[in-house]
Amino acid sequence: MAPPPNGVAAHTVSRPVAPARPRGVESLWSEAWRRFRKHHLATFGAAVLLVMVIAVVIGPFVYRVPIDEIDFKAKLKGPSWAHPLGTDDLGQDLLARMLYGGRISLAVGVAAMLISITVGTMVGAITGHVGGVVDHALMRVTDLFLSLPQLPLLLLLVYLFRDALKKVLGPEMGVFVLVVIVIGGLRWMPVARLVRAQFLSLREKEFVEAARGLGAAPLRQVIRHILPNAVGPVIVAGTIDVAAAIIAESSLSFLGLGFPPDIPTWGRILYDAKDNLDFAPHWALFPGTAIFLTVLSINYIGDGLRDALDPRKVLS
Amino acid sequence: MQERELRHMIGRVKAGTLSRREFVEAMVALGLTAPLASQMLASAGIAQAQPKGSGMFNPTKRGGGGQLKVLWWQAPTLLNPHFATGTKDQDGSRIFYEPLASYDPEGNLFPVLAAEVPSVHNGGVSKDGRSVTWKLKKGVTWHDGKPFTSADVVFNWEFVKDPKTAARTIGSYTDIEKIDVLDSHTVRLVFKKPVPFWANAFCGVNGMIVPKHLFEPYIGEKSREAPNNLKPVGTGAFKFVDFKPGDIVRGELNPNYHIPNRPFFDSIEMKGGGDAVSAARAVMQTGEYDYAWNMQVEDEILKRFEQGGKGKADIVTTGNIEHIQLNQTDPWTEVDGERSSIKTKHPFLTDPAVRQALSMLVDRASVQEQIYGRTALTTANFVNAPAQFVSKNTRWEFNVDKANQILEAAGWKKGGDGIRTKDGKKLKMVYQTSINAPRQKNQQIVKQACAKAGIEIEIKSVTASVYFSSDPANWDTYPHFATDLQMYTVTETMPDPQDFMLQFTPWEIASKENKWQGRNITRWQSEEFGKLHKAAEAEVDPVKRAALFIQMNDLVIKNVVVIPVAWRPRVSAISNKLRLTQSGWDSDFWQLPFWYKEA
Amino acid sequence: MSKYVLRRLLIMVPVLAGISLVLFTILCLAPGDPFEELATNPNVPPEVRANLRAQFGLDDPIAVRYVRWFSSMMKGDWGFSFVSRINVGTLILQRLPTTLWVLGLAQLLGLMVALPVGIYAAMRPYSVFDQLSTTFAFIGFSLPTFFTGILFILFFSIYLDWLPFIYRADISATGWRWYWENVRQALMPVVVLGLAQGASMTRFVRSAVLEVIRLDYINTARAKGLSEKVTILKHVVRNALIPVVTLVTLQIPGIFTGAVITEQIFRVPGIGSLLITSILANDTPVIMAINFVFSCLVVFFTLIADVLYGWLDPRISYR
Repeated sequence: MAPPPNGVAAHTVSRPVAPARPRGVESLWSEAWRRFRKHHLATFGAAVLLVMVIAVVIGPFVYRVPIDEIDFKAKLKGPSWAHPLGTDDLGQDLLARMLYGGRISLAVGVAAMLISITVGTMVGAITGHVGGVVDHALMRVTDLFLSLPQLPLLLLLVYLFRDALKKVLGPEMGVFVLVVIVIGGLRWMPVARLVRAQFLSLREKEFVEAARGLGAAPLRQVIRHILPNAVGPVIVAGTIDVAAAIIAESSLSFLGLGFPPDIPTWGRILYDAKDNLDFAPHWALFPGTAIFLTVLSINYIGDGLRDALDPRKVLS
Repeated sequence: MQERELRHMIGRVKAGTLSRREFVEAMVALGLTAPLASQMLASAGIAQAQPKGSGMFNPTKRGGGGQLKVLWWQAPTLLNPHFATGTKDQDGSRIFYEPLASYDPEGNLFPVLAAEVPSVHNGGVSKDGRSVTWKLKKGVTWHDGKPFTSADVVFNWEFVKDPKTAARTIGSYTDIEKIDVLDSHTVRLVFKKPVPFWANAFCGVNGMIVPKHLFEPYIGEKSREAPNNLKPVGTGAFKFVDFKPGDIVRGELNPNYHIPNRPFFDSIEMKGGGDAVSAARAVMQTGEYDYAWNMQVEDEILKRFEQGGKGKADIVTTGNIEHIQLNQTDPWTEVDGERSSIKTKHPFLTDPAVRQALSMLVDRASVQEQIYGRTALTTANFVNAPAQFVSKNTRWEFNVDKANQILEAAGWKKGGDGIRTKDGKKLKMVYQTSINAPRQKNQQIVKQACAKAGIEIEIKSVTASVYFSSDPANWDTYPHFATDLQMYTVTETMPDPQDFMLQFTPWEIASKENKWQGRNITRWQSEEFGKLHKAAEAEVDPVKRAALFIQMNDLVIKNVVVIPVAWRPRVSAISNKLRLTQSGWDSDFWQLPFWYKEA
Repeated sequence: MSKYVLRRLLIMVPVLAGISLVLFTILCLAPGDPFEELATNPNVPPEVRANLRAQFGLDDPIAVRYVRWFSSMMKGDWGFSFVSRINVGTLILQRLPTTLWVLGLAQLLGLMVALPVGIYAAMRPYSVFDQLSTTFAFIGFSLPTFFTGILFILFFSIYLDWLPFIYRADISATGWRWYWENVRQALMPVVVLGLAQGASMTRFVRSAVLEVIRLDYINTARAKGLSEKVTILKHVVRNALIPVVTLVTLQIPGIFTGAVITEQIFRVPGIGSLLITSILANDTPVIMAINFVFSCLVVFFTLIADVLYGWLDPRISYR
């Protein structure tokens, strides 16, 4: 437009300006990430876990001491330069064994946990939200699984499927898949019940009614509104499940149903060490600490996740 | 060793230049049993040594010793010796029941309910081996007061021989044709044909006698319903008080016990459950218990516990051998739905060079020193071999280089992956055993040595209740032998080697047809061995018979049908104050009435 | 609600029957043999084994065996153990008192530790108390019971010699000494087990309370002048209890089949160790009996949990 005639204020700004983005509104994910990063313990946990994963993946390539070299002259020795974590009763190097077995323990622990909380959350969400006949039926199935005696079931499943899986996936992978399915598959029930209980209570809360009133489809209600609020107990269950899975794997191998006994998973090392606790505590100390650190880090990550995704922003 | 040499040794015992004990040890070393050795000496007229038992303790009254607390880490579940599953039930029963005679550590017969031990010289044993006459002790009563007589002995035979009773002791009584009752306290067992080893029926763990007046109504199919299966009434030093299956057995002193001034203890408590290591701790570290059974614990750990000064490990020889079996058939090919069928031949284990090499790759010295310690002795024979008696053919050796040479010479060349191959067959094997920490360690040691010789081994371990089951449908049981190598110990105490040797006879091969209940697991077929066994079954002269067994043992070892690993004695944990004598040929409780505690 | 409860009770019977059928089938199909010891005994001829199998009806088809079991169970006859030929009911009743005493006490201990610790930790998140209790909780559930059990034994029995570590169900003392001895021997298994269970419970309680404690209506309560104690107990806890109730009702049936490993280590003659030895010996009647009671408890306590949800949160309705 034409500049105003002489004499009028020349410093009037008339250039159009783009509207400023309101401060504080980011995308959901970047906000979640920012909050996660602020949670010190969560980042600590994530770092520890990362270090452990890298150690067990790369470790065996860097630290080349063999895991099964039997050396009776070095049995049950504490940490030393030659054997940084000491040796077991056959003189085998503990650090090498822990790095090797750690892959399996971590993988089994996390995978089994993911299976149990995924299945559990799905079942719990469906039953809690839909209710009615579906709730009844699925809950009775849950009761069935809860009543099943784990040991005969394990024996049966391993017996039936071990050879078939080995043929299809190769011996190590086959056993791994079997172990993970078996452990995860028998731990989803408490998660399902916990999630369902949360859903039953949350379903009636005002904010959900509001969402319903606004026309949100059930799926959207569940995923966007209810689930993030129900996730608290799931996270706790998840951390507990990781420890339980690592230990369950060692019980399986103790019964001859999991990995062969010479594979040094952490639970297995702990089991082998138990009779020498008063004499060679280092043997049990290291795998115990490893399991403890894993559980700790996953828990803090879980805490961080919960706080980061919490729509009510209760803690920040 | 030939019969001639055996007779020479017996001559030396008679002349006094070789002690009875050394002779027995030598015989055991050659694969025989102590009771058989004892029989050999008896046949040559060498009188049995004085029965052991009184020790150095001569009490003047019964009881006063307080409670005896013993720990069995497998708890008894039934208290009838004829239905006993494993030694735990036999031991639990032995507190209350007694046989006619027991085997002492040297294999001699020790009379319990018998007045004396029959022999050829006192006319008890007939010269043709067809009958044995037992004189029963007089004045023995059952715990409920009724007298013990010949009728009870006869009844036990009738009870056991009925297949519907399904008694597990039946094997010791099948040779009896009839029992003549000569009077109220004398019986004569008449056998169907001359029986070389007559000291089987009514002796040892299979010989415990149950009362006729309580079990008579329960012969046959009703046998398992007898209430006395859980509330035993016997002749033993302790009377029944309480039994909780799988948990605890309790007994109290029998005031009418037939040996005066015995037992020393007022009561006994046998607690069950848990594991062997904690049982050892309970005896040797905290002193909560006086005795613990079957210490399947590494010697290192036992030695450490002993330093506490409260208890020690007691070790006594038996006939048990931990051994590795080599499959003669092919477990990976199925014929008519059967793996390891005798219609197949193992691709490489039938090659004598491979078997030879394998026998040199088992580091028995390490296994013995590092794993079992005092609880095992290395062996080359299908039992053991102290240096001076070792047969020239059966010497054990651990030599990786030699194994390599043998394989190389036989045409097994190392491939790119380090595994030896020949004609397209790789030396890859699966080696299985039951779940048991020392066994797993054993497997690892073998695996490592084999790797150095170009043999790849995959270790497999099966839970014991599955491995030792007789389920025809399960491929993981040891009779199915669905792997290349497998390892275990037969734990039953057997006084005679004959049944032991049955496992190599060609007519006992385990197969689908007999639902894998045949006892020849390796599926080795040797006519020569079969002939020798048949000869031993009929041979009445114990010395000739012993020579036959030794020949059979040599055959097995020369052909590397099995690789013996270690000779497993019986190990128990005993409080330092407890005094007793252990026998490897009978129950732990064979001399329970004579146990005592020093103040 | 009462209609709902009635419906659930009616469905219980067919549900239990269905569960028992699945159970039975699994047991029959699982590998293993009640007469395994016979296999290693060369003295025992095969006919004996065959006779035993026939006597116990082990060779009949599964459906026949199931119907036989079910019909006698309905009449109250729970059958006889294959292994010890004792009436299964007697066997279980022998072990029930010990189970309730040791395992029940452990559950109670776990709960009594978890509730106050969890609530307090949630009231002051990330404080020193919270960090410490979290660490201990983690140690509690990342270490298996066979490990903590042995640690306890080593320390209290062997090193200090304060406590016996072998549990004896029949102590022959009298009077107060009997109680004292029982307490002494139960102490370690109860604590080992209780701590293990309490550890995970603490985390759940803390998480549940945390969710509730920062909500506005709690602040309102405080603002209204209610004391902290009343706020916590009446408002926070009641609303946070739902996950806790879920867990507790899930765990109570567990008393019955129990903590197998702890029972093994301390030789507590509970039902859990009976179950495991029966499983390993393939003693089907005993396994079925124990499992059946266990599944009854599961179904029953699931119902109780659902009823309790309705009571704790009146807005919950069951369609």
